[in-house]
Amino acid sequence: MVNRGKTDWERALAAAVAGKRLGLEEGVALFHCPDLTLLGQAASIVRRRFHPEKVVTFIIDRNINYTNVCICRCRFCAFYRDPDHPEAYVLSQEEIFQKIEETIAAGGTQILMQGGLHPDLPFEFYLDLLREIKKRYNIHIHSFSAPEIYHFSRISGLSIEEVLHRLKDAGLDSIPGGGAEILDNRVRHAISPRKISWEQWMEVMTTAHRLGMKTTATMMFGSLETVEERVLHLLRIREVQDETGGFTAFIPWTFQPGNTELEEQFAGVDSGGFDYLRTLAISRLLLDNIPNIQASWVTQGAKMAQVSLAFGANDFGSTMLEENVVRATGVCYRVPMAEIIRCIKDAGYRPAQRDTYYRIIRYFD
Amino acid sequence: MKEFFVGSELLDILEKVEAGERLSREDGIRLMKSNELLLLGYMADIVRKRKNGDYAYFIVNRHINHTNVCENLCKLCAFGKKPDDPEAYTMSLDEIEARALECRDLNISEIHIVGGLNPELPLSYFEEMLRRVRRALPGVVIQAFTAVEIDYLARRENLSIREVLERLMAAGLDSLPGGGAEIFSPRVREKICERKISGERWLEVHRTAHQLGMRTNATMLYGHIETPEERVDHLLKLRELQDETGGFLAFIPLAFHPKNTGLESLNLSRTTGFDDLRVLAVARLLLDNFDHIKAFWIMIGPKLAQVSLAFGVDDIDGTVVEERITHAAGADTGQCLTRAQLVNMIKAAGRIPAERDTLYNIIREGS
Repeated sequence: MVNRGKTDWERALAAAVAGKRLGLEEGVALFHCPDLTLLGQAASIVRRRFHPEKVVTFIIDRNINYTNVCICRCRFCAFYRDPDHPEAYVLSQEEIFQKIEETIAAGGTQILMQGGLHPDLPFEFYLDLLREIKKRYNIHIHSFSAPEIYHFSRISGLSIEEVLHRLKDAGLDSIPGGGAEILDNRVRHAISPRKISWEQWMEVMTTAHRLGMKTTATMMFGSLETVEERVLHLLRIREVQDETGGFTAFIPWTFQPGNTELEEQFAGVDSGGFDYLRTLAISRLLLDNIPNIQASWVTQGAKMAQVSLAFGANDFGSTMLEENVVRATGVCYRVPMAEIIRCIKDAGYRPAQRDTYYRIIRYFD
Repeated sequence: MKEFFVGSELLDILEKVEAGERLSREDGIRLMKSNELLLLGYMADIVRKRKNGDYAYFIVNRHINHTNVCENLCKLCAFGKKPDDPEAYTMSLDEIEARALECRDLNISEIHIVGGLNPELPLSYFEEMLRRVRRALPGVVIQAFTAVEIDYLARRENLSIREVLERLMAAGLDSLPGGGAEIFSPRVREKICERKISGERWLEVHRTAHQLGMRTNATMLYGHIETPEERVDHLLKLRELQDETGGFLAFIPLAFHPKNTGLESLNLSRTTGFDDLRVLAVARLLLDNFDHIKAFWIMIGPKLAQVSLAFGVDDIDGTVVEERITHAAGADTGQCLTRAQLVNMIKAAGRIPAERDTLYNIIREGS
């Protein structure tokens, strides 16, 4: 095909569809594509290469937020509380067991435990929790985002590798990709000045991958980042994936300003559906080495999550029997499993429950 | 870059669309049954661009629902109440006037008034309402009373449709909204709104309004028990009347919200995002003689409404305050988007925001 006379975004889009790897400039050019359906179609072509079967997966799991006490105090977060705040809490093991039992009863295979960076809980608290869970239940523990792992390293004086070793020995199976926000320190400094740097986030991921643990990667966009910084984020993940192959999925979601320090600054500036679908599709086009892209009904609602299946997403995420962090911003979508299944079927796909490693457990026909 | 769509089953229709040819009923049915959402959007976008360039319209308006008392009590509706229902209400003319006066400094260009079929309210109530609203809001377009209400008044007063419309126009009525069309198919109407006027009668009211020089809108309520064929036939009836009169301004699909309606027991789900976008896109493709396709963000949510700008839509309605009818049926959208929010939504989708009046004259552009 002769590409002369075409615009940059047309060339980049054609290259991605032809299976070529895109660079920073090409990624940025894609954000200038005015035609949302073409971006979606290109992403669908690439997605079909990864997933020729017409299946869309989801996982049954529960988010368990063991504490909301957090010394990181990110400006974009509405969930955290200071230690002396009346709403501050730490869940007991009994409460956590109760939640796990409900998850198993609902057909769940995984728990996603995440919490704030609590100043007083010792590292042993987490190890003990993992051991006690594994002693009682046959469930996959997908827990502790990179900022928590880093926090454990600080409070214990152990290296990241040693922390991960011990967590793994105690029962940790895999690590969620939260806390990535935008993997560039200019943005991090502006929205989460006390959070680990992007290099530190990546260090946790590469170390986990080296130890044989799988992780996901996320991106929270629509705050103060530029389009270039979004693309940079994607390329940094792609580079590590080339090295380790440890990322199972990429999950982009949008910043929700409600009840956060940034709320006023972002009043009325919703990162809309257009930007979400465009960014999702571009993620699919740039991340040529990550097999799965998740839709985010938690931030977008069921309708948009379904539409995202036409924009590169092949996974509906989790049934999330419980979710607290996004809900704290005042955004509250509830999408029960039956609705997830209906959305997948209605879009022309076969719904399937999967495990953490994207192996199919059962189909819903 | 239509080569991205190689292998699609709809390429023959894409050719027709590119050539500007009219689509057939069979084409329409294939489109309405298709899951090729992106190609539907791509085709609809060709037509949208041809008709509206880069403009995406919105209107600063207000809604008044003057009564929820309704003799029809359609199964599809969660808003209508019996006269003795504790939640029944009817606004007095003074209340309506006060409501209109509240809008005075809001720079609105249209006021939208619809209500139930309340047997207590004579034609004179509506004439007086229009006169008072006109006085309270000089220069603001009054778009009021669905074809169903017009027909009800005609029967109540033993007048013809034309006579009722002429009297209301003399009192200040400018335009009819498109509500009450539902699905024209008698099979469907029998099941979801058996006491409502027929599709033919609905079309007759709009034909008469057009003959009197009024511009009106058209709607379709989808996502309940209708078939894809019935949707297409509905659209084609509208296309036929538009060929005849040219009086329709915009087509507005309405997503059915089952909660609290007489159809709740059928366990119907809310429409999906795919279906919302498909209906908008197919409407854009079939209604080749309509200038505008409007997504009602109250119904499908602001995010999807913004996305629909890439699926044939050129209008995302307005800054609505206090909409009661869809919310009675469980819509979880907010009551209001500000002007700035609408402008931002449109810009972020790469279009030029154009604040319009009822006739799609541009009042303010760009910001």
